[in-house]
Amino acid sequence: MSTYQWDWGIILQQVPESEEFYYQWLISGLGWTIATALSAWVIALLLGSLIGVLRTLPSRPLSFIGTAYVELFRNIPLIVQLFIWFFVVPELVPTVVGDWMKRDMPLPEFTTAVFGLGLFTAARVAEQVRTGILTLPRGQKNAGLALGLTLGQTYRHVLLPMAFRIVIPPLTSEFMNIFKNSAVALVIGLTELTFQMKQITGDYAPSNPIEVMTLVSLLYLSVALSVNRIMAFIEKKSRVPGYISGGK
Amino acid sequence: MDINLGNIWHARDFILEGLQYSLSLTGFAMLIGITAGTVLAIARLSSNRMVSSAAATYVNLFRSIPLVLVIFWFYILLPLITGIQMGADKSAYITFAIFEAAYYCEIIRAGIQSIPKGQINAGLAMGFTPAQNMRYVILPQAFRNILPLLLTQTIVLFQDTSLVYVVGATDLLGAADKVAHRDNTLVDMYLGVAIIYFTISFSLSKAVKQLHGKIAIIR
Repeated sequence: MSTYQWDWGIILQQVPESEEFYYQWLISGLGWTIATALSAWVIALLLGSLIGVLRTLPSRPLSFIGTAYVELFRNIPLIVQLFIWFFVVPELVPTVVGDWMKRDMPLPEFTTAVFGLGLFTAARVAEQVRTGILTLPRGQKNAGLALGLTLGQTYRHVLLPMAFRIVIPPLTSEFMNIFKNSAVALVIGLTELTFQMKQITGDYAPSNPIEVMTLVSLLYLSVALSVNRIMAFIEKKSRVPGYISGGK
Repeated sequence: MDINLGNIWHARDFILEGLQYSLSLTGFAMLIGITAGTVLAIARLSSNRMVSSAAATYVNLFRSIPLVLVIFWFYILLPLITGIQMGADKSAYITFAIFEAAYYCEIIRAGIQSIPKGQINAGLAMGFTPAQNMRYVILPQAFRNILPLLLTQTIVLFQDTSLVYVVGATDLLGAADKVAHRDNTLVDMYLGVAIIYFTISFSLSKAVKQLHGKIAIIR
């Protein structure tokens, strides 16, 4: 450690043989991290809610589909799932589609990362949504049906508005996880924040990894903190008066 | 494109070696993680502000940054600090133990906090010192309550060990990946690895569910 040459200015230096600076690489990486996480979150939230609802339905086949999805996507590591979407699926689908995925799909790494991460997180969101629905007193569903609402209307107007408010805290941690998990997409070549860090510390400025890694860690910390604050705000705004954590 | 999972079987010795490494990494990180996590949890609940905020900082720090980044951190930092070139396979042991301690800590803390106040007071009233109280009254009940959660976290940990791929360690995924690139059998190898991870994680999580039904304390 004593021989380590500290140089915090490394971030501001120009990349050799290019017009760019290291800090620009990091900012662009942060941009991809946020873009990937937010896009994947849209998929995770929509699909996850759908699957979470499926699992609570009285229909056996439908709830089986929901359970099968959750078990499949929860028991395979994210990195393996990304490899499968990126390298395996294009080989297994019909040749026309496979060739399109390999050659013409716009932003292949980004698209794959968004879908892979979205589908992976959907399984986790589904579990939270299902728990949220199951926490509600059974009387809520019966009351909805007794009022003459169809099952669909009961979900739409009675169960889901309550369930979503209850699951905001666990969804917050899933939302924070999706930012962290987006770093795994560096293995398929997505140029997100950790990818840029690896590139700088690996090939370009191998003598100053600690400075770069510290800065990147601080960036992740501030993302986590911002997400946490935003979700706390939403939680406060959507609180149901007098219900469960209403007073907390 | 034909799928030939037989390719996994041909490379079984190497793949098994990788799986063995994944499992021993999981086991080691679980043991150290739970031990250190218990210490951290007790520290977080300490009435000493210095101690509790130090533990909280540790936990929040590791829970806020991606595991992939932590793996890179230790891979680069450990040789710099110790002066020993230990390589990816060895540094992963230290990385996962330190990282997982933060996650186990939060589970154990919840377990300790779920113990009714009366139990703690009863212990103290019987003349136990706070340390004895923790050892003989609180922790045994807390661990029984959270055992399923600890095991579920361990299944997550087992899946997370696949991330050592990023520094080139030869775990299950790393081994399969090396064979895949040598023989150009990416499809077979990745599918095979997915099946192996799924089989292990799925059966373990079923087992944890069973265990949960058995040991749950009826209140």
